[in-house]
Amino acid sequence: MAAEVEQTQPRPPTPAPDGYRWFTSAVSLAPPLVLTCLVVVIGREAWPAISHYGLRFLIVRAWNPVRLDFGALTFIYGTLVTSALALLAAFPVGVAVALFLAEPGARRVRSVMGTGIELLAAIPSVVYGIWGLYVLAPWLLLHVSGPVSQRLGTLPLFAGPARQSSILTASVVLAVMVLPTLAAVSREVVRAIPAGLKEASFALGATWWETTWRVVLPAARPGIFGATILALGRALGETIAVTMTIGNRPEVQSSVFGSAYTLASVIANEFTEATGQLYPAALLELGLILIMITLLVNVGALLLVRRVTEPGPAR
Amino acid sequence: MNRSSRRRALDLAARGTVYAVATLALLPLSLVLIYTVVNGWPAVSHLDFFIHVERPVGIPGAGVAHALIGTVITVGLASVVALPLGIIGGIHLAEYGAHRWAAWVRLASDVLVGAPSIAIGLFAYALFVAPFHQFSALAGSAALAILMLPVVVRTTEGAVALVPPGLRESGLALGLARWRVSLRLILPAAAPGVITGALLAISRAAGETAPLLFTSFGNRFLNLNPTRPISALPLIVYHDALTPYPALVTQAWGAALVLILLALIMNLASRFALRRQLRMAERLS
Repeated sequence: MAAEVEQTQPRPPTPAPDGYRWFTSAVSLAPPLVLTCLVVVIGREAWPAISHYGLRFLIVRAWNPVRLDFGALTFIYGTLVTSALALLAAFPVGVAVALFLAEPGARRVRSVMGTGIELLAAIPSVVYGIWGLYVLAPWLLLHVSGPVSQRLGTLPLFAGPARQSSILTASVVLAVMVLPTLAAVSREVVRAIPAGLKEASFALGATWWETTWRVVLPAARPGIFGATILALGRALGETIAVTMTIGNRPEVQSSVFGSAYTLASVIANEFTEATGQLYPAALLELGLILIMITLLVNVGALLLVRRVTEPGPAR
Repeated sequence: MNRSSRRRALDLAARGTVYAVATLALLPLSLVLIYTVVNGWPAVSHLDFFIHVERPVGIPGAGVAHALIGTVITVGLASVVALPLGIIGGIHLAEYGAHRWAAWVRLASDVLVGAPSIAIGLFAYALFVAPFHQFSALAGSAALAILMLPVVVRTTEGAVALVPPGLRESGLALGLARWRVSLRLILPAAAPGVITGALLAISRAAGETAPLLFTSFGNRFLNLNPTRPISALPLIVYHDALTPYPALVTQAWGAALVLILLALIMNLASRFALRRQLRMAERLS
């Protein structure tokens, strides 16, 4: 029978599938290729600064284009502090949204909430920037940082003078911007928890809160941690909204009401004006540091989230 | 109060707190929307805003037509590159995605989605601006294409995966070549999902500022030549918002309002397309 079919077909099965397969697989290599080139090209362009300043670049606080005295510490500090504060504010809200969205029932209300969170993610960062600059910053100065620094100014954390463009303002804007990532990924994680676990808890007579606190959240912990780290990656790399609200002063200070500067902001502000060889190379090295930090953070977070949402046979 | 009612009270309080905190998430959305509409309306309520280009401060009738056209050109060129590449890459991952490097391609795409956009701007600067000693719309498009690519790859993969395997199998059983099956059968069946991804990618690219700062750079005049610097709406918001002139700040709010409306429309359209995809997948299976 098979031989008969072979004979009635004038030509062997088309060789086209292989060509198609190789073509598409070549195209699909574009993302890893671009990612590799990104690191290699920026590393190459930053090489003059890397070889000139060496590892000292990471621990020096100076940023003086006139004397070509450059160090990344101030910017690493600003980036880490704003991102950490943003996560601190966004974390409880994001987890609450995830818990709320993962519940069954009341579909209309949940779909409004889900749409709202998605739209929050759709708003361009420059719009958050202008809103932070003209609406949030004056409000925070008047109602939060002003009064607090007057009353608790002796604490280094709240020391004055309070400014409109401050670590606090940038962190609040960032918190709003990373909230959708945190909420959406956490929701997937909470949803991926086997229903049997929750049902068993309810069957034992536990209330909703006891089930959530003792069963759902512990089971979701690695995934929610991954979601938080993923949001951290977004916060670290955010440029425009932070540049517009942080004050852009290369300072390291303890007060959250003071200004600061981040890796991404200094690149955005100074790169087009950087002349000579070392100055742009130093900025590119800041870019390289930023990429390496976000790459590490993202890869770690993705692996964590995947382990929870796509359970393998090994678990 | 006995133990059981104490537990019930705690449950009620905790549930109330969780729901209240969750609702808090909608507060910033409404605040951003309200303030942008209120502050941007005075600018966009004049037709001049859409048909005139920038004028010296103080001279009435200024507009952002050059930025609107710039955004359309930059994002359009980026889409021409990123959409076909991303769709083909996504189809590959869905159809042949079981091999080992497919996992690497997925991871690289997800990481690239999260890469700082300013770094992508630096990359495009090093490749497309520095060698030519010229800021250009093309360099901006290259940066935006890099941003769009991983989004398109991953959403296309997700959409193709939703197509029931029976469709592919029946195509192959009829003796169609693999490429014909995936381009003529699978892709149309996945079209709404692919469009969802394309719209999300376009919407994201249209709102990006950081990658354009040192690639397409901005331009105070109308420019249609892609090898020259070109303006874009996000650049207008960024530059004008930081000036001390009230007229320019109003113009920045107006451009922000246009950007928000574009983003919302694209997002709602993409949700609509996604819903069609889910319905279609249900019907086919």
